[in-house]
Amino acid sequence: MQNLFHPFVLPFVLGTIILFAICIWKFIRWFRHFDRLQRAILRKNIFSWKIIPALWEAFREGLLHIRISRQNLILGYMHRSIAFGWFLLIVVGFFEAHLTPLNSHPVWLAIFYRFFIHEHHLFASSEVFTFIMDLLLLYVLSGIFIAFCKKIYSKAVGMKKTTKHVLFDHFAKVSLWAIFPLRLLSESLAANVYQNGGFLTQSIGNFFSPWFAETFLTTSWTMYSIALGTFFVALPFSRYMHIFTEIILIYFRQMGVHEHLERTGYTMYELNACSRCGICIDNCPLNKDLNITNVQPVYFLRDLRYKRGTDAVADNCLLCGRCDAACPVNIDLLAIRQQERNKREQDHCDYSYLNNIQPFNAIGRVGFFGGCMSHLTPGITESMKAIFEEVEQKYWFLDEERTICCGRPLMQQGYLEQAAELRRKNSELIKKSKISVLITSCPICYQSFKNEYKLSIPIMHHTEYIMKLLETGKLKLRKDDLRTVYHDPCELGRGCGIYKEPRQILKKATHLVKAKHEKEESICCGINLGDTLIDIRQQTQIRDAAMNNLMYKNPDQICTACPMCKRAFNHATDFPVKDIAEIVRENMIKK
Amino acid sequence: MKKIAVIGAGPAGIEASYILASNNFEVTLFEKSSSPLSNILDKAYLFPDFSSATELADKLSAKLLQKNIQVVLDKEIVDIKKDGDIYKLIDKEEKSHIADAVLIATGYTIFDAHRKEEYGYGIYKGVVTSLDLEKMIRHKQIFNSIGDIPSRITFLQCVGSRDEKSGNNYCSKVCCVTAVKQAIEVRKALPDAEIYIFYMDLRMWGQGFEELYREAQEKYDIRFVRGRISEASATFDGKVQIKSEDTLIGQPLKMNTDLLVLMAGMEPSQGTKTIGKNCHIGGEYQFISSQGAHIQDNLTTMEGIYVAGTAKRPMSIRDTLTDADSAAVQIMMDLGEKL
Repeated sequence: MQNLFHPFVLPFVLGTIILFAICIWKFIRWFRHFDRLQRAILRKNIFSWKIIPALWEAFREGLLHIRISRQNLILGYMHRSIAFGWFLLIVVGFFEAHLTPLNSHPVWLAIFYRFFIHEHHLFASSEVFTFIMDLLLLYVLSGIFIAFCKKIYSKAVGMKKTTKHVLFDHFAKVSLWAIFPLRLLSESLAANVYQNGGFLTQSIGNFFSPWFAETFLTTSWTMYSIALGTFFVALPFSRYMHIFTEIILIYFRQMGVHEHLERTGYTMYELNACSRCGICIDNCPLNKDLNITNVQPVYFLRDLRYKRGTDAVADNCLLCGRCDAACPVNIDLLAIRQQERNKREQDHCDYSYLNNIQPFNAIGRVGFFGGCMSHLTPGITESMKAIFEEVEQKYWFLDEERTICCGRPLMQQGYLEQAAELRRKNSELIKKSKISVLITSCPICYQSFKNEYKLSIPIMHHTEYIMKLLETGKLKLRKDDLRTVYHDPCELGRGCGIYKEPRQILKKATHLVKAKHEKEESICCGINLGDTLIDIRQQTQIRDAAMNNLMYKNPDQICTACPMCKRAFNHATDFPVKDIAEIVRENMIKK
Repeated sequence: MKKIAVIGAGPAGIEASYILASNNFEVTLFEKSSSPLSNILDKAYLFPDFSSATELADKLSAKLLQKNIQVVLDKEIVDIKKDGDIYKLIDKEEKSHIADAVLIATGYTIFDAHRKEEYGYGIYKGVVTSLDLEKMIRHKQIFNSIGDIPSRITFLQCVGSRDEKSGNNYCSKVCCVTAVKQAIEVRKALPDAEIYIFYMDLRMWGQGFEELYREAQEKYDIRFVRGRISEASATFDGKVQIKSEDTLIGQPLKMNTDLLVLMAGMEPSQGTKTIGKNCHIGGEYQFISSQGAHIQDNLTTMEGIYVAGTAKRPMSIRDTLTDADSAAVQIMMDLGEKL
């Protein structure tokens, strides 16, 4: 019987035991912090058909990294080759080891196979395995090579800025990077001594002198094992914890679990699923235009994970959601930031003014809510009134005289109680008025009514409403000759997924031209309510970047569907900036 | 005779041309529109002495009759190129004109009040700019949106100046006293109207301004409220409702007015912006930047190109004329035959 043990396997075995012990301990601990609702959802769905999409997504994102490939093909290849290549090495190695006719198959056999097994033709197709194993090793090594290049010149993989890692992550990374070259060296030396290599290891092995190979064979395998062991021990404390966490997170997410207002165990899964790939850095306007480089999700989540989170980081965010849209792990970044912003102690506020506002009987009318921001852009509210009158729609302008905020700006700053108070009053007014549908011209209010209010009537953004009027033929438009670019407001586009309606309307009314980045990649107008820490000068810098993005094809006018974006651009320049309602009003064919 | 090109036939351009021409320079005065002094002719009366703008324009126009001045109207200069010792002025048709030195007097334009949509300019008929009101005063017809004589008129200072959001952090300097002047004129025309001026702080920097401000309060019963207006909206009867805060008593306030007058600030004119950009002599807010704040204030960063008047920064007409004189002297010192 062959000897299948050598002391050098110990670092690997020990590392593996520690790795799994820590991971399982962490996973259980986080799971215990799930709140009631999350547990209920999980219990309901755990053995449902949802497991199929979960497995599929885990395969796609955990191993193939499709979403990263969408950002950049080479970057995607890099992540895929390391993740999928290593995964295949383990799987194929496992089969290779278990197909070998032996009395016992210790766990480390697959890892250190070429050290222990010297004979060829022990089983059918063993040469094929040798070939595949070499091919996979080459695949992984190519990924490590790109990672190394990325370290030196990140623009080659489409990243302007990469993550600045903490010391411990560097340590884990060096051990990870050492594993595969050491494996190549060890297998090559073994190939020299035992002639058991494949196309790659054998040809490299033949370069060495037999003396060198024999002398350093064990040393090399030992180092390989130590590298593995070190990486495994470092893994749960470093960013590489994402490898296992992401898979479990995908599973939970597919089961329907999501973030809540408070931080839960699920948040811990999300924090640990961040691979710190740094894709969010380049997507963040605060980095791009203001060179603020410590607030991006990658650092924000890291700080939270290591319990070093600060308000200065949590509050310094436009909440534009561009990182959220680009995140390859689909972590709910905005929700986590919201949790950190929520105020633990609520200031006392006086709501007595709310009592002065009386409900209005509006049976048979539609409700129109302009919102605070539409009051600062009367062009929008006047146009909506004109459109209602044109289609002979009776309406009730909820906040024409006395304005109550929808509550979302307060909520974004963490004043949950205050926001709830405003929602309560607004809900009461809406319910008592008996309106059939609520239309708002402000995407902030729209998102608020849609997601945070529990109203039984349909909520429509005015782009949806106008689109419906056009579809039913109640409103007809003529087409003008102006070249119009459409700016996707963050709250409407990334926030509510409305990209189609405004474009369809504009195609009927004018000539739509493209912006450089649009839809999910649209750039925040900068002057929003999300970030209270940057000053007006910084806001205008972001706004100017957003303007440049829109001017890409030299349009004649800018169109947006958000009063805040409109105001931001309008203040900047004499260039015509219009809301979609204004363009519709200008181009509607009067009866 | 040395040739000087002056760009812009406003008060600065005309004044400097006249002095240079009187001192044996051959002056070509370029003006992009079809008549000179259009900014002055928009006004009815000038602060602080209520003298007629037309009269001043006439006096200035008379200076153009000097024999060494050639006025070229409808000619927009977009670029200046230095070629050895001479300067080539390139016009919009890409023809070039030669000169030994150039004086830029391309002036200002009024801030486009549409940009501050929250005040409803162009949306509510009761909202006008100071320029619109000046026209009404000129024609002695002060009406509100529905053609009635307004019983309450509200002025709002600092529209498009001292405003970080529109990017104009500077003070336009003339609006404070202009509002006081216009308020007095309105009072003279409408003795029974209520007149309010909303301000951040009133900068009565010139001779006679402070006295005018005091007179406005004591003699003409004009009410000054410290506070900016946050938004304006229309009422059902065609008035304008404004929301503001009286920051001296710390009270939010809401009131209706028949006429809201926006004191729009000064911005560099399109010509100023174009030349500043093409010759790389533009500075902050796209005004032309001068070499020094004190003694080199008429020199630009490009040798042989001089600047005068509101192409540099907001100025009153008096300051503009003084600045044009100083620019002319500077050119004479640099180019004239030295004894």
